[in-house]
Amino acid sequence: METTKNIVEGAEGGDDAATDARVSYSYPRFLWRAAGLATSGGPMFYGWMILLTCVALVGANAWAIQVRDGMIVTNMTDHVSWGLYISNFTFMVGLAAGGVMMVIPAYIYHDRDMHDTVIIGELLAIASIVMCLMFVIADLGRPDRFIHMLPLIGKFNFPISMLTWDVIVLNGYLVLNLHICGYLLYKRFLGQAPNPKWYIPFVFISIGWAVSIHTVTAFLYCGLGGRPFWNTALLAPKFLTSAFVSGPAFIIIVLQLIRRLTSFPVGEGSVRILIGIMRITLLINLLMTVSEIFTIFYTGGTHAAAGNYLYFGHGDQNELVPWIWSSIGLSVIATIILLRPNVHKHLFWLDLACVLAFVGIWIEKGMGLIIPGFVPSTLHEIVEYAPSPTEWKVTAGIWAMGLLVYTVLLKVGIPIFTGEETITNHEHRE
Amino acid sequence: MIENNDPTSGGSSGGGCGGNCSCGSGGGGGGEKSGISRRTVLKAAGATLGAAAFAKALAPLTEWTDDLSVDEFLQKHYRELNAEQLATGMKRIEDDTKENYGADVTVEDVRPQKGVKFGYALNLSVCVGCRRCAEACHIENNHDRVSHNSYIRVLEMDKGSIDLEKGTADYDHPVPADDKFYMPIQCQQCENPPCVDVCPVEATWKEKDGIVVVDYNWCIGCRYCEAACPYHARRFNWEKPVIAAEEINPDQSYLSNRIRPQGVMEKCTFCLHRTRKGRMPACLEACPTGARVFGNLLDPNSEIRRVLREKRVFVLKEELGTKPNFFYFFDN
Repeated sequence: METTKNIVEGAEGGDDAATDARVSYSYPRFLWRAAGLATSGGPMFYGWMILLTCVALVGANAWAIQVRDGMIVTNMTDHVSWGLYISNFTFMVGLAAGGVMMVIPAYIYHDRDMHDTVIIGELLAIASIVMCLMFVIADLGRPDRFIHMLPLIGKFNFPISMLTWDVIVLNGYLVLNLHICGYLLYKRFLGQAPNPKWYIPFVFISIGWAVSIHTVTAFLYCGLGGRPFWNTALLAPKFLTSAFVSGPAFIIIVLQLIRRLTSFPVGEGSVRILIGIMRITLLINLLMTVSEIFTIFYTGGTHAAAGNYLYFGHGDQNELVPWIWSSIGLSVIATIILLRPNVHKHLFWLDLACVLAFVGIWIEKGMGLIIPGFVPSTLHEIVEYAPSPTEWKVTAGIWAMGLLVYTVLLKVGIPIFTGEETITNHEHRE
Repeated sequence: MIENNDPTSGGSSGGGCGGNCSCGSGGGGGGEKSGISRRTVLKAAGATLGAAAFAKALAPLTEWTDDLSVDEFLQKHYRELNAEQLATGMKRIEDDTKENYGADVTVEDVRPQKGVKFGYALNLSVCVGCRRCAEACHIENNHDRVSHNSYIRVLEMDKGSIDLEKGTADYDHPVPADDKFYMPIQCQQCENPPCVDVCPVEATWKEKDGIVVVDYNWCIGCRYCEAACPYHARRFNWEKPVIAAEEINPDQSYLSNRIRPQGVMEKCTFCLHRTRKGRMPACLEACPTGARVFGNLLDPNSEIRRVLREKRVFVLKEELGTKPNFFYFFDN
């Protein structure tokens, strides 16, 4: 990353009428300045960061104990061998991909409001991918051996293992967004116009790449013939559709918070476009759910076993039933609220709809998708699963770390984008 | 974070917060400089405190790393080890077993024989569901005593159907029950194993004699193979296996029944430490009814080939295309 930036700077130093100060302000030095920005704020900021740090500490401790004592401290078993971690991982990949719903209007359709706010979505992608990687590490029985996964150093079972594809696309997406955000913020900070050559191609790559991260993640599951619940061609499209619900829902709420807490200009256009996207994706997602339910239950037989367990339970084994019906209920209510034509003027209802949709998708793509893949097991035994306290602690810790990363990124990005923080007023102050 | 008050040096100061940001402090005029400095000190203190707290939170990791060795960490994949490295690795496992479990064991590396491909067949007409095969597996393969693990699950099935959905593995009554038949299921050593395909680090593979093995020292414990296997044949070591010294089977091999480390996958290997030396798998020897037939699929005169030739055999979940080398048949 840093090397790229230095090359960028070097290449432009000649033809740009930059001052000496600008030329000498290297990218590492900019990052150091960003670290300063990210750690300065008011009491509310510090309170928020301390709160997140405390939750992250609880999670870190729970994870360390899990690594020491073994994954016996989770409630996963040989029957349900993936649980809350992989559920959250799947959901977070969606959130990372969801940011592209800002990128497309901003860069392909040149929507002005969206163009001003698109950085919020790109920064979200960074924080989400960081969380994805943490969830994967949390799920590993031997995190000390993660080097075995690195190409060249380890043994990388590419291209046959979908997990190696996922490693590539997730890390690739992280690097792409780090580059785009880093470059744009750096140039803004220097008060220079960014050179399209150095970021526009990457933005377009990132649009396709966003689709790929969630498609590949769906392929992890739908390629497994032994798990009929996952083995459906609908999985990848449904992943993307629900990602384009949860991503915009989260961003709408973040945009409102930013509007209230900072001087960052959030045009109404951005929120209206995101609402428009959610109106469609929520409905398509519900349609896919209906289609799935019909296929499962009209056909019946062995393939219906997992669906039966998920939606109706198996006798008194019905752990997931309240989850999945809540999810459907939340999605339906959110859809109805958003159908209101001028919902963007009624912020309470808008926020409510976004929260409901977000939670609904979190359930559907998390526990509602991963667990029925394992219940009943491949030998049709029904062993239920509910996360252990350790799993909840680690999960909360990773969410806190993710929010911490996102807060830091916004804390750096926003003042630079509003022009409060530039090289000139920065040096002027000194 | 080092405060730099030299104005000509530009912004190398991380704590160089101006009054323009949203913080309430900083003040103006002469107070600003001391304000900057105080903030920097506070930040440094906060960072130190935070780092210390994380170090404390992660402290259990240090107790865990006591069990790990650098040599083990640096050890290469089984198939890339030369004879000397492998010998060192096996010696280390023997020493570790002595140290951690108090047992003297020998760990060997038994290679596949040329011209051999193993197949297994099971006669459902005579199996009585006594689960002695599962118990023999438990003992032979040094399974964790707490979870009473075994690579074999025996399903009790309703007569009139071979639908696994109608089977149950946790029956608890004298066997054989009327109207029931019994179906032991273990690794099918598929010709086309989904577990091998999905492994991101090639920690599991199919050997020349058809046995799918795991390098316990290479597996990262992601459990993708466990999700991929259609036969519930794979097991994860949710904690360090517990087994008393006197119960440990000392005849061990690197790729099969040595005591597995915490956090890795394991599976049935058709007892390769026995079968590659011409012996029968432990589950077969334990079977009181002679329901199990094991042998070399490449030898036309073998018992297994006779069964495949003369009996009507079927494989589990044939529609998945995994091509099992484990066959079921009925006698009458």
